[in-house]
Amino acid sequence: MNDRPASTPPEDRLLLTAAPHLKSPDSTPKIMWNVVGSLVPIMGAAVYFFGPSAIVVLAASTAGALGVEWLFGPKGSLKDGSAAITGILLGLCLPAGFPLWMAFLGGAFGIGFGKLMFGGLGQNPFNPALVGRAFLQAAFPTAITTWPSTEMEWAAWRGANFTLPLQGGEAPDVVTAPTPLGLWKFEGEVTDLWSLMVGNTGGSLGETAGVLILLCGSYLALRNYLNWRIPAGIFLTVFVFSEILYLVDGARFPPPFFMLFSGGLMLGAVYMATDMVTSPVTHLGCWIFAAGIGILVVLIRVWGGLPEGVMYAILFMNAFVPFINRATQPRVFGHGVAKGGKEPKP
Amino acid sequence: MWRKLTFSHGVHPPEHKELTNQVPIRRMPFPDEIVLPVRQHAGRPAKPIVKPGDWVERGDKVAEADGFVSVPIHSSAAGRVVEVGWWPHPDGTMAEAIMIQVEKYSPQIPRPRQIPRWEGLSPQEVVSWVQKGGVVGLGGAAFPTHVKLLPPKEFPIQLLLVNGAECEPYLTTDHRTMVEFPHRVWFGVRIMMKALQVQRAVIGVEKNKPDAIEILSKTRPPDLNAEVIGLTVKYPQGAEKMLIKAVTGREVPSGKLPMHVGVVVQNVGTISCIAEIFETGLPLIERVVTVTGPGVRRPSNLIVPVGTKIRDVLEFCGGLTEDVTEVITGGPMMGGAQPNLDAPVTKGITGIVALTRKEARIRQVYPCIKCGHCLDACPMFLNPSLMGSLAQTARYQEMADRAHLWDCMLCGACSYVCPSNIPLSQMFALAKYQLSRLRKKEQAA
Repeated sequence: MNDRPASTPPEDRLLLTAAPHLKSPDSTPKIMWNVVGSLVPIMGAAVYFFGPSAIVVLAASTAGALGVEWLFGPKGSLKDGSAAITGILLGLCLPAGFPLWMAFLGGAFGIGFGKLMFGGLGQNPFNPALVGRAFLQAAFPTAITTWPSTEMEWAAWRGANFTLPLQGGEAPDVVTAPTPLGLWKFEGEVTDLWSLMVGNTGGSLGETAGVLILLCGSYLALRNYLNWRIPAGIFLTVFVFSEILYLVDGARFPPPFFMLFSGGLMLGAVYMATDMVTSPVTHLGCWIFAAGIGILVVLIRVWGGLPEGVMYAILFMNAFVPFINRATQPRVFGHGVAKGGKEPKP
Repeated sequence: MWRKLTFSHGVHPPEHKELTNQVPIRRMPFPDEIVLPVRQHAGRPAKPIVKPGDWVERGDKVAEADGFVSVPIHSSAAGRVVEVGWWPHPDGTMAEAIMIQVEKYSPQIPRPRQIPRWEGLSPQEVVSWVQKGGVVGLGGAAFPTHVKLLPPKEFPIQLLLVNGAECEPYLTTDHRTMVEFPHRVWFGVRIMMKALQVQRAVIGVEKNKPDAIEILSKTRPPDLNAEVIGLTVKYPQGAEKMLIKAVTGREVPSGKLPMHVGVVVQNVGTISCIAEIFETGLPLIERVVTVTGPGVRRPSNLIVPVGTKIRDVLEFCGGLTEDVTEVITGGPMMGGAQPNLDAPVTKGITGIVALTRKEARIRQVYPCIKCGHCLDACPMFLNPSLMGSLAQTARYQEMADRAHLWDCMLCGACSYVCPSNIPLSQMFALAKYQLSRLRKKEQAA
């Protein structure tokens, strides 16, 4: 019957698992490392605009995040890549001249109190990078709002990167530049759109290159590693809300495109709000979540005391995610159908 | 209104049907021994009516139906009964079975038998022939077919829906049946329509089988009010409720049956098996099985005598490769892994799939990252993420009360997409089992 004797089926080597036996090629580490990979161009832009300072600040915040995950996290959890994302994202929303020890502390706080305290990956209610950033904002309000100008010599340090804790050290000669949002809020000046989109403005490391962030986010969205509904919803809400305000009083309120491309909105909408763990699981929930963030961002920027509101808007909406999830459960198949199996009218 | 012929959600696992979808069905030679478990169908197991030493011809009844939701079992080969005892069952347990030593030199010709003349039969008589023939659903669930053909009076049936979707990856059993025996399929549809007294029939076929759709459309008898419909390729398109949704747009209410929306669903294989009864008079003693997967040396579509050991079938197909890790009966999404290859092919086994390390291995489980992919996959619109977290702490009752556990049909779409490799569907199966055990205990107490 056969050209070779049929092998005796090797039962001792057979697996015995429950169905289904097939598995899609996606895995949690693969998603996480893809996010890290998509952040590389943004980090590149940060280095291009802010020189060596960008490298050391990103390294410090990432080291803080990875260190705490390694010390207190479950064994082998560094490999899933989620701590690396937290560290890099935190670094990207810090100014270039930020003291390294503070960046390190921020990363450590974000992972320690933002994630591990709740039980590690998947359990945290708030985005750990933003928890770290909120902590830094509260602890070091001056350092975190000192933005160097992009018009310095590339190789120059952009601030007191190497000050030590409790050391009052004089900052080196740094040309500081206000962020577009600060300019608008406190001086009533609107930066031109082209600079905003390319990233040639003052601001935190990764917040300035709006177009690049959109491109990197599209890659993730295409691979379904990011729910496109969240950034789309945020942009839409911010645009519509600020357009209405702009139409009401164009002198008092900024134009909508300025709102979209200034500050941390791009980075926040594409990378922070879409964090899978802290965003809703249902599609409708994602739209609600995004709309909430969009409205809060405009409210804080226009009427709040701070020039920037993306961080607090996202953290605030994070808190509502469990409620949004519960309220937006889809109708289970076959429930509430009329006699004869007709779908119920919504 | 223009409507895509499918349901919402679902997944797209790689199909791998190319291994066998052009391989003609062959007949497998009779093995040395056949093993016929008395429980090959949902419902009450059959009662053996033979004892060791008895001689049986091919097609003889060896066990009779025990009650209404039960069917008889027939010998698939001529030979001598050697034992009525315990034997590994493909569901992983030990079960009562009839072992028959196959007579090597028998021509294996069935006894002369009565071939029913279907034109003169009343619907009830047709149904009784179906039960006498031991017919069960050949799509995998193995539910006795005659039960479905006798819906209560208060549920008038308007549509006979023939399931040729075959959405499980790898399997090509129904596909080859439709391509090679289109006339038999249409003959079966005619008999079914008579038995159910319905005016309309639809054969739903996934669009990845264009040759089947074409040949069925060509051979359709002009006097039959029936049509062939191409369906979107998506898993689980062949699930009863999903198929009804795709073809009619109706949703079977939770906890109800297809007859509640006026539909009876029958698998293509079942239909052709019923046609065979009315063509040859032979009961269900053999079936088409796809033997496939990267772990099989010669993937084939075979007509296998019911009761042939899985090991014999695999050896006929050249045996397993060295790197095989898992042998599955049924499709890889819902089928069961085999611990013991001596278990026989039963009536409900659609295929034997051998997977290698590339497809089937133990994967590390990560924490749930609430990505929501399982919600997008679930064809029943459940929340597998929530159910999974409840299952991990064994809150089974809560799963049933809050998360609609009983609407889950264990299609495995959620486990398939989960990036954290959480065995969601597997945990739901366990939860259902534990809950029904608890219920039984309470009833006994």
